[in-house]
Amino acid sequence: MATQTLPTDPAAPHVPGVAPSAGAPRRDREPGRGRRWLLGVWSTLAILFLVAPILFMIVFSFNDNQGRFNFEWRGFTLKHWADPFANADLAKALENSLLIAVLSTVVATAMGTLLAIALVRHRFRGRTPTDFFVFLPMASPEVVMGASLLAMFLVLGVGTGFGTILVAHIMFSISYVVVTVKSRLEGMDPHIEEAAKDLGAGEVSTFFRVTLPTIAPGVAAAAVLAFALSIDDYIVTSFNAGQTQTFPLYIFGATKQGVPPQVNVLSTMLLILVLGLMLLNVVVQRRLAARDRAARA
Amino acid sequence: MTTVPESTETSRPPAAAGDAAEQRDICLEHVHKRYGDQTVIGDLSLDIEQGRFYALLGPSGCGKTTTLRMIGGFELPTSGTVRLAGQDVTQLPPHKREVNTVFQSYALFPHLSVEKNVAFGLERRKVDKHETKKRVAEMLETVQLSHLAKRKPGQLSGGQAQRVALARALVNKPRALLLDEPLGALDLRLRRQLQDQLKQIQRDIGITFVHVTHDQEEAMSMADTIAVMNGGAIEQQGSAEDLYERPETSFVANFLGTSNLIDVTPESAPVDHEFSRGTTVDLEPVRYLTHRAEGYAGPIRIGVRPEKVRLYATDQEPPEGDNVLHGKVVQSTFLGVTLQYLVRTAGGLELNVVEPNLVGNSAGTFGAGQDVQVAWDARQTFVVEGGSAGA
Repeated sequence: MATQTLPTDPAAPHVPGVAPSAGAPRRDREPGRGRRWLLGVWSTLAILFLVAPILFMIVFSFNDNQGRFNFEWRGFTLKHWADPFANADLAKALENSLLIAVLSTVVATAMGTLLAIALVRHRFRGRTPTDFFVFLPMASPEVVMGASLLAMFLVLGVGTGFGTILVAHIMFSISYVVVTVKSRLEGMDPHIEEAAKDLGAGEVSTFFRVTLPTIAPGVAAAAVLAFALSIDDYIVTSFNAGQTQTFPLYIFGATKQGVPPQVNVLSTMLLILVLGLMLLNVVVQRRLAARDRAARA
Repeated sequence: MTTVPESTETSRPPAAAGDAAEQRDICLEHVHKRYGDQTVIGDLSLDIEQGRFYALLGPSGCGKTTTLRMIGGFELPTSGTVRLAGQDVTQLPPHKREVNTVFQSYALFPHLSVEKNVAFGLERRKVDKHETKKRVAEMLETVQLSHLAKRKPGQLSGGQAQRVALARALVNKPRALLLDEPLGALDLRLRRQLQDQLKQIQRDIGITFVHVTHDQEEAMSMADTIAVMNGGAIEQQGSAEDLYERPETSFVANFLGTSNLIDVTPESAPVDHEFSRGTTVDLEPVRYLTHRAEGYAGPIRIGVRPEKVRLYATDQEPPEGDNVLHGKVVQSTFLGVTLQYLVRTAGGLELNVVEPNLVGNSAGTFGAGQDVQVAWDARQTFVVEGGSAGA
């Protein structure tokens, strides 16, 4: 309302000032050309810096290498791609990694989602401590976590191996799942669940028909995250692996005696898989964000 | 404070079978709701008859939404009983109650189409597929949204979403519909339009509507019965006319419209068989209907609506039998349709006066500083408070 008084105010001298400020973006655009060009170069360099190692990995998966090492370009070949599982140990390690990743993702996503629902929707004794302790695995250094897990397994007399890796991965993934799903839940109108109950849906029916579909994007994002965390984990795994080899453990060990080119092939495949998952996640999130935005408008 | 005239008689028998129970659709008996040591609802009783449009009106935080949520089953009362159609449902979860709710946020299921949203309740009750389809189509027709059946809630406007929420609740043919500020998020024009529609729908299907609102105009235009809530209790309930013309508490007198409230000391004996008399701080006499002050002893507070009051110059003669106070105009405001005055008496009483603009020029109006007589028909005087008698 007060703005109506502006023209008659002593502020009036400002009015001519409007013209240059309106012209400002135009003046900006002229030198902006050069600046934008610079920005392009800069961004390209930054991206190159980020992806260069990955490019090397991909390129060398096509290298016709000799000997145990794969660090020198000897010509193009598709033979490694034709037979990616030539190295049996490597194949076994990858199989372990994938299996652990899938299992830990499923378990951690299910448990973490339920935990998030409990934390957001219900008030219970010990809620605040739980909320705090859930963050602990995220905050503590991986070395500490790996070592303490190993100590625990030793004290309990559990032999380390596939099982202990799985437990460890589930443990650290849950935190990330809880945080991701929680943020989605917090943005969800609690009346939506009440509406479902009001319309005759019991607790179980409400969860599967209304709550889960509504938080599905958050759950999917959490699952992708859990998978990505598990598939490349080295530190925690190395403490608790026993005789079991996983993909990262194998590669790290192999660097000392020679890296078979299959590593590059499988790593590239893995990269494509993870990128695919992430892309899918982004697409789904975008679509749902559009839906939410429209719902709020 | 909590004055629910009928409830004292009707809330007594839990199984008052027969016609009386049939009539009472929703019934709260001595309901309390506390969160920790904070009392949100303190001893609330109410009866809502079958087919009524009942409004719970009050400022935010007065407990009206909590009351509605206890009827819907989303909150459990700390003590007291909730009955639907005579049956005790106090402990029943929402999905087992024969009432449906329209939420303020609409709470449509974002992942389901309009059609699927409306069908949700029928599907949960395992209504036959063909029947469900037919009833959903009919319901969408009623709320004029058939053309949007395939849309997702995200693609609807506020008014459309509100109508989907309404359809989603009504398609289940509930015993009563609970509406939690269903029009609160809409702009004024749309709100008025939907008010009419809502009232029309209620009349057509004839079920009980319990409508929570803080908008007095909305409550007055739509509801048969309005309960004004304040501080977790019902201050007064009745028709819009009851509440406006005969408010029983200061809160009601000023929450619905505005009132001039005047503290008076009653004379011990009534003037005649109809009126009693009291004196103001200025020692001027005012009369009021004796029965309106029944049950009060000691000083009382009377009131009169600003538009019931007329101003007269000191040389004019107010009508015979009017209450007349003397004062000075403090402020005079020309509002086109009306003229508003603020008058102060010697004793410091301030009175608002709203006069229709009948004169058409400033000659007939009173300016600030002018001595005037303030007069109103003694029958228009209501009594809001006083020391309670004996009790």
